[in-house]
Amino acid sequence: MKILVTLQNNDIAPRFDLATEVLIAKIVRGKISGEPRTVLLPGPGSDELCSLIIREEASLVICGGIEEAHFQYLVWKKIEVIDRVIGPAAQAIDLAMAKQLRPGAIIRPETERSAAS
Amino acid sequence: MTETEETNTFRPDLIDILNGVPHGIALVDQDLRIIMMNRFLEALTGYSGEEARGISCDHVLHSSFGRSDQVFRQALEAGVSCSAEGDILGLNRKKIPMRFTATPVVESGQGRQALVLVLEDITVFQEIDRKKEAGPAKGLLGHSPKMQEIFELLPVLAHTDSSVLITGETGTGKDLLAEAVHQASKRSKYPFIKVNCGALPESLLESELFGHMRGAFTGAHADKHGMFQLAQGGTIFLTEIGDLPLPLQVKLLTVLDDREFFPLGSQKKVRVDVRLITGTHRDLKQLVEEGKFREDLFFRLNVLRVHLPALRERDGDVRLLIDHFLQMFATSFGKGVKRLSAQALRLLNSYRYPGNVRELRNIIEYGVNICRGEVIEVEHLPPYVLADAGKAPRGKGAAASRESAEKTAGGVVPEIPDNASSWSAIEKKQILTALMQTGGSRTGAAKALGWGRTTLWRKMKEYELG
Repeated sequence: MKILVTLQNNDIAPRFDLATEVLIAKIVRGKISGEPRTVLLPGPGSDELCSLIIREEASLVICGGIEEAHFQYLVWKKIEVIDRVIGPAAQAIDLAMAKQLRPGAIIRPETERSAAS
Repeated sequence: MTETEETNTFRPDLIDILNGVPHGIALVDQDLRIIMMNRFLEALTGYSGEEARGISCDHVLHSSFGRSDQVFRQALEAGVSCSAEGDILGLNRKKIPMRFTATPVVESGQGRQALVLVLEDITVFQEIDRKKEAGPAKGLLGHSPKMQEIFELLPVLAHTDSSVLITGETGTGKDLLAEAVHQASKRSKYPFIKVNCGALPESLLESELFGHMRGAFTGAHADKHGMFQLAQGGTIFLTEIGDLPLPLQVKLLTVLDDREFFPLGSQKKVRVDVRLITGTHRDLKQLVEEGKFREDLFFRLNVLRVHLPALRERDGDVRLLIDHFLQMFATSFGKGVKRLSAQALRLLNSYRYPGNVRELRNIIEYGVNICRGEVIEVEHLPPYVLADAGKAPRGKGAAASRESAEKTAGGVVPEIPDNASSWSAIEKKQILTALMQTGGSRTGAAKALGWGRTTLWRKMKEYELG
């Protein structure tokens, strides 16, 4: 399976329609296979991003805010979407693999969490 | 403690005050990270102020502004309130247009700077703007291809300053189109003046158009500005231009060429900057041939020509306009009229509307006034509609088929009974007359009526004539 995360720097992009970068991780037997791939998009746009998601055959999309029409489209295409997630993309992938990521989750960076504890 | 002292010492929590405001409010630090949010914004974003604390505001708001948004930075750097429009994606995944206002605040004592972000939902304002933009032809309605062509042409007409000649039968909306062109043009903030050239005698019309000086003629007790001067900077619409007397046509031509004229009795020229739109239901070309209209003026006016189609040529618009006028008059008269009966609709669809939209409007106004229930029936429509609809169906095809039917049936023309109380009564009588004239032949009667045999059979069944 493939997990696709909309990206802004190392964080999940706040908006699906404004994302210009995505991170694609291939998961084999519950582990990330190889180095996750970063794909630069020619520009922001929900339709183009949906096409890329379909083309890449991603089965899970992790993103920030997404419009209902595009959310429903991806769901209709049998792609799971976890939206309104805030935090670092890498940690989001880890949580998703562990089935612990929920829509609207706020993931504090690990450095921030260890400093707090 | 006195009441005044109590008031002076009352110090509620800041967040309680912010929670009372019906707009999204967030306090963010210099790095645009959330410090606190009011309840309205919590509901909008789906995050609580507690869990959003320390997170960049564009992640929490899902706003169209990036982290490096210039408006917020500008507010921080300049120390003044700034605002901009954008949108956010709400909890329900809907894009909400917002006006963001960022106001810098400085913490007393500490000197730390922060920003108060106020998010104001501007969906309603945008909707109003959108309606304004969508309806440049205010009052002109139509879905027919011919009207769509007019609507597409409108921005082109508005963009230029050239003269426009609007032709079309009476009641087709020439005045509305002229005003719509003016409203969509850059002259819209200046006056739109309409003058009916056919309404006044020549001497008065000249004074009306170009103004006069005191003593210019008997009764001219004071100086008077003409319509051209009153329309300065705007648009003057000369309707029924075909009725403009020949001497005035010369003066109008001069004004169009030189942009200046002498008011009656004045020795001082007046310079005007006015756009001219003219309208007529007459064939100006024919008037030119008859020597009643100056050819040079015709060419000068006929720069951009728009022909408004007659209502009978506007496929499907009758129903649209019926609904529009029905709703308009029902609301304005406070009546409970909701719709027209199928028969009344059929009758109105078959009517020829020589008076076009104006006539349809009057028919509906009549119906709404007369009708006491919720449904306008045929008997609530003006009697002349019933009589006329029986005489000639709408549309060229129908007219042609009727003509051919009349010929083939040897001139069998159904007569309209004078005492007809409803359309069904008229139609029933027509069928009987046709059957009698053709000796009971259904084929002949169908031909005479301009119908197919099936239609005649259906109607006979409907009126129990079988």
